[in-house]
Amino acid sequence: MSSVADASPAARRSIGRALLSDPMGLAGLALVTAFLLMALFAPWIAPYDPIALDVRAKFQPPSAAHWAGTDHLGRDLLSRIIWGARLALGISITSVGIAGAIGLVLGLIAGYGPRWLDSILVLIFDSMSSLPMIFFALAVITVLGPGTTTLILVIVLVSFPAYARLIRTQTLTLAGADYILAEKAMGAGTGRIIFRHLLPNVVGPLVILICMDIPVVIMLEAGLSYLNLGVKPPSPSWGNILSEGYNALRQAPYVVVVAGIPLVLATLGFTFLGEGLRDVLDPRGAGRRWG
Amino acid sequence: MLAYAIRRLGLSVLILIVVMTAMYGMVFLVPGDPASLALGPRATPELKEALRERMGLDQPILTQIFYFFGNVLRGDLGIDVWSKRPVLDQILEVFPNTLILGIVALGWALGIGILLGCAAVVWRDSWVDRLLGVLSVSVISVPSFVVAIYALIVFAVWLNWLPAIGAGEKGDLASQIRALILPAFAVGIGWVGYLARLIRASMLEVMEAPHIRTARAFGMRERDIVFRHALPVAIVPTISILAVGFGSILSSAVFVESVFSRPGIGTLITGAVEKRNYPVVMGTVLFMTGFYLLVVTTADLLIARLDPRVRDVLRS
Repeated sequence: MSSVADASPAARRSIGRALLSDPMGLAGLALVTAFLLMALFAPWIAPYDPIALDVRAKFQPPSAAHWAGTDHLGRDLLSRIIWGARLALGISITSVGIAGAIGLVLGLIAGYGPRWLDSILVLIFDSMSSLPMIFFALAVITVLGPGTTTLILVIVLVSFPAYARLIRTQTLTLAGADYILAEKAMGAGTGRIIFRHLLPNVVGPLVILICMDIPVVIMLEAGLSYLNLGVKPPSPSWGNILSEGYNALRQAPYVVVVAGIPLVLATLGFTFLGEGLRDVLDPRGAGRRWG
Repeated sequence: MLAYAIRRLGLSVLILIVVMTAMYGMVFLVPGDPASLALGPRATPELKEALRERMGLDQPILTQIFYFFGNVLRGDLGIDVWSKRPVLDQILEVFPNTLILGIVALGWALGIGILLGCAAVVWRDSWVDRLLGVLSVSVISVPSFVVAIYALIVFAVWLNWLPAIGAGEKGDLASQIRALILPAFAVGIGWVGYLARLIRASMLEVMEAPHIRTARAFGMRERDIVFRHALPVAIVPTISILAVGFGSILSSAVFVESVFSRPGIGTLITGAVEKRNYPVVMGTVLFMTGFYLLVVTTADLLIARLDPRVRDVLRS
């Protein structure tokens, strides 16, 4: 399986070109870049303070002063959405990053370590992925109480088994390869084999899987916040904005309509980008997590 | 086949035991105990002690786990901290609503998904194929609860065609069906795209098979080849995806039920999480895990029955 890590700079450039020539990948890249910029520069882009109250200005429909209108407390919705991008991306990238690191380590251990350890780890991965995602998340939230830290922990816990299994499969395939055997015959230590040969080759598929997982994670963050079990108000999570808008559905339907748009665009963007990346890097298709 | 079935069932039972132990152990990993968690910070020590005793928390942990397994085997998932009703009764009361929602959502998604997947194969590499490709990916990624909210605004609030909340009147089938339309639409829409892609990929592979070449050589119509000879073969791999996917259908259902205030497993568990009603949360999670494992295991056995190649490898 070809991978990102051992691609030469020239090969990497051609990956970029292939992604740019695919309209879907290009659209994904544009959307993701836009959201990343929004998240990075939120304090400078947002026209108002996202949590500043102005009750006299409550429920103002979109206008020149408030492009996306105001909510039930008179807060500027556009500013809340822009800051929401920072929350959504911050939480998802942090948590899939941690989950990716844990998955990488455990997957390598399972794939290259002793057989008995492999059996135990696989049983744990299988058990964790046989819990339907949301029910497991809700159980953890009940014990720890809702909040941003719990949310990140929950996402790490539901994501890492799939990553670990992918890495394990990759490692198992590679560990039997002739060139690894040749290295061993020449006296290479376990450390050299893992860091020099296994690691660079298993990272590529993991990156694709993580990228395809980000929309799922963004959805989970927004969904749990929508249920008031995620990021606590008044933080401008997209889920919180949706839930506040839902409560004012008949009075000010534009709140919900406006709040759903970034969520749709962000999940679309990451999915398109993930699809594009997968087509370019791994035409045979990486595994996908469902449930 | 029998050896495979025994190993597959054994694995499921093992997983269920690990999940049960983990669920029970999780409560002891955090500061505070389930009694204080449920009663909140303002509870008096006497009140907590009484609840601890009622929940059996004063026993040694191994004894507790032993009793817990025994109780679950007898169908006792514990007692609701607030309403004092058995947890299993509450689950069984709302579970049919969620099950119907899941089945209807998956059903319509499968029907449309198969049609679109076949259309993409019949007109492959044309603009139809490309358009369906982009549409599929788009609907896969849009969160179901956002679809639910948008659908609710348009069809329930603005057009007033369908009810906005609830699961319909008891005993009135027409109102129950009307209340099911929007939730089932929101839960299923992502799966239309996913299944269309899956059927397309699977069909393209099958279309290369020798029996299709033979059918062509006999001069059969392309439409007959696609629907009568390729589709039945191409549909087998989707069975296991459907089973695994039922888990994500249930996840979507949790959010969608909440949007439509539809009584079901989702509204039951989210309400319990808010109140930190631990027995209800734990009971529901166990019930749903057991149910989900049952679905996945059945699907695996079904596939092993349909496709002998699977029996040789235990897919773990």
